[in-house]
Amino acid sequence: MICWNGLEPMVDFWQDYALPGAIIVAKIVAIIIPLLIAVAYLTYAERKVLAVMQLRRGPNVVGPFGLLQPLADGLKLFMKETIVPAGASRALFIMAPMLTFILAMLAWAVIPVDAGWVLSDINVGVLYLFAISSLGVYGIIIAGWASNSKYAFLGALRSAAQMVSYEVSIGLVIITVLLCVGSLNLSRIVEAQKTVWFVIPLLPMFVIYFISALAETNRSPFDLPEGESELVGGYFTEYSSMTFALFFLGEYANMILMSAMGAILFLGGWLPPFDIAPFNWVPGPIWFALKICFVLFGFLWVRATFPRFRYDQLMRLGWKVFLPFSLFYVVLVAGVLVAFDWLPTP
Amino acid sequence: MASLSATARSFLLWELLAGMKLTFSYMFKKKATLNYPYEKGFISPRFRGEHVLRRYANGEERCIACKLCEAICPAQAITIESEPREDGSRRTTRYDIDMTKCIYCGLCQEACPVDAIVEGPNFEFATETREELFYNKAKLLANGDRWEVEIAANIAADAPYR
Amino acid sequence: MILQTLSFYLFASICVASGVMVISSRNPVHAVLYLILAFFNAAGLFVLMGAEFLAMLLVIVYVGAVAVLFLFVVMMLDINFTELRQGFLQYLPIGALVGFILLVELLLVLGSWAVSPDAGAALVATNATVGGTTNSHALGRLIYTHYAFLFQCAGLILLIAMIGAIVLTLRERVGVKRQNVGRQVARRREDSVVVVQVDSGKGI
Repeated sequence: MICWNGLEPMVDFWQDYALPGAIIVAKIVAIIIPLLIAVAYLTYAERKVLAVMQLRRGPNVVGPFGLLQPLADGLKLFMKETIVPAGASRALFIMAPMLTFILAMLAWAVIPVDAGWVLSDINVGVLYLFAISSLGVYGIIIAGWASNSKYAFLGALRSAAQMVSYEVSIGLVIITVLLCVGSLNLSRIVEAQKTVWFVIPLLPMFVIYFISALAETNRSPFDLPEGESELVGGYFTEYSSMTFALFFLGEYANMILMSAMGAILFLGGWLPPFDIAPFNWVPGPIWFALKICFVLFGFLWVRATFPRFRYDQLMRLGWKVFLPFSLFYVVLVAGVLVAFDWLPTP
Repeated sequence: MASLSATARSFLLWELLAGMKLTFSYMFKKKATLNYPYEKGFISPRFRGEHVLRRYANGEERCIACKLCEAICPAQAITIESEPREDGSRRTTRYDIDMTKCIYCGLCQEACPVDAIVEGPNFEFATETREELFYNKAKLLANGDRWEVEIAANIAADAPYR
Repeated sequence: MILQTLSFYLFASICVASGVMVISSRNPVHAVLYLILAFFNAAGLFVLMGAEFLAMLLVIVYVGAVAVLFLFVVMMLDINFTELRQGFLQYLPIGALVGFILLVELLLVLGSWAVSPDAGAALVATNATVGGTTNSHALGRLIYTHYAFLFQCAGLILLIAMIGAIVLTLRERVGVKRQNVGRQVARRREDSVVVVQVDSGKGI
């Protein structure tokens, strides 16, 4: 009898905690592994696209068409020695790249890949995404401070100011979309685009979102924080080996995240472009991946095209152009929605 | 009207789009680069690469130890010592080129009266250690045997202009 | 249920501990980082209470913006902090006095605070997820419908504060050359270049 009494809570524990926990872990792995592979091949795609646009060949030696190059690069970084500068604040120095990487992964908890295919379908999904992306600045600023190096510090200051500035316009863009949806839930936002993708009525907002996303992820032409001609490597000047690799992976994962966010907010997430025969045979996740790839190609295309901004131009664009314009557009969209009584019913 | 179109252009990001169209069109152009280890570019017959010491067709070495190359070498990379051979002919006992000093000016091959020292078409002779770049006579003669066909063709191709 | 309780104690204890570290850590940058940790755990507590909207706002506004500016300022300060702490004990009596007064006031307030018997019921009634509406709807209804005028007043006060700060710090400097992007973009070839055919030996 004692044995039975002892076993019953065990069964409860198994059913209430261990099993759901295991399922959640499996889901997380199912998100993280494809994401990491995507990050690795985004670096490859970037090198190839830039090469093709500059009439070069890009990596083509390791594996067929150089497809194993990202793995070779990762292995190389993994085998190297992690150097911590003498004057560095050791714990923070190690923590910063981990923070960047973890935050880039964390945001994927709320991204819906298909109807119902989401780890956590919370009501404030957009705000969660916005909050996580606004935390990304900490990895950079801590890295800059903890390195005890002037280049890293200047890079971190630039990056922090830049990210805080462009978050404002991203926030206003998100508000515009929210006005048209009436919900903060990401799945609801996608479903609201069944008739027409928001990129059509809100095209200027999509352009602003895209440019702000470039600035937010420190991508060219806004890559001043790591402007190698003046700041050596920016905030990761002092980093080496895996700590550097984590920054690198985090940055590219953030790019994919921003593209996914753009695909959800403006390009109709997992929805096919037309709800007719050949298009709706293709499953939703593939449409979603295609849209992410489309936006990512835009990131690379812009990098191949434009030279780097000057810092005052960057700030001017953020505060004097994007902020007033997106504010105006928020008011305009709200006015149109009220005037024509198109407000979504919650 | 002009200001109107300028305003419209700046709001439609016309210049940016034009730039992006240009880079996109470059995606479909022919590559400007070669796939190097597998493809190599054209090399002129006058190309000045790795040094070789040549032989006559009967296997006799050309060099007569006149030391003109040693005298003219601006980097003083060449060291020659000579003695008479058993048959009485004047030959080098030592012919060293320090390839780390050499500036590949080609004055040695210009100075040579018998076309013995020549800078061949080979430019892929990187080594892992510094010592391997101190060439001696055996190494130079071996180079000559290896590249004789190409060097002879190059000299023949360049002969009308000399 | 046990998970909720465990996570409550986790968040609460980390929150209090990092709050203590904010005022006791020697390095001001570390203090700000502990402050951020405290904000985070407070957000976690909000989530446990079912106020996910407020939790996200806390993270976005305080952690994402305000604390970044704190960190910014503190990092750029070039002060010798050991020197600053030299006269620390000198201010101890007056500091202790202020602290004591505050403590007494707090005790008076909390001591006379009677919790009404139906508070628990009210708590359940206002709990947004129980009522079937989401957090953001409940908050929106409250702020934009019931307290619309107060909300507008708060907004106006903030606007005035912002304008005031800008006016106070705005300096009009003479002789500064600024880039005018509009003019640069509007400039055309016809306005700035004249092609002159010059006969040789004559000059213009």
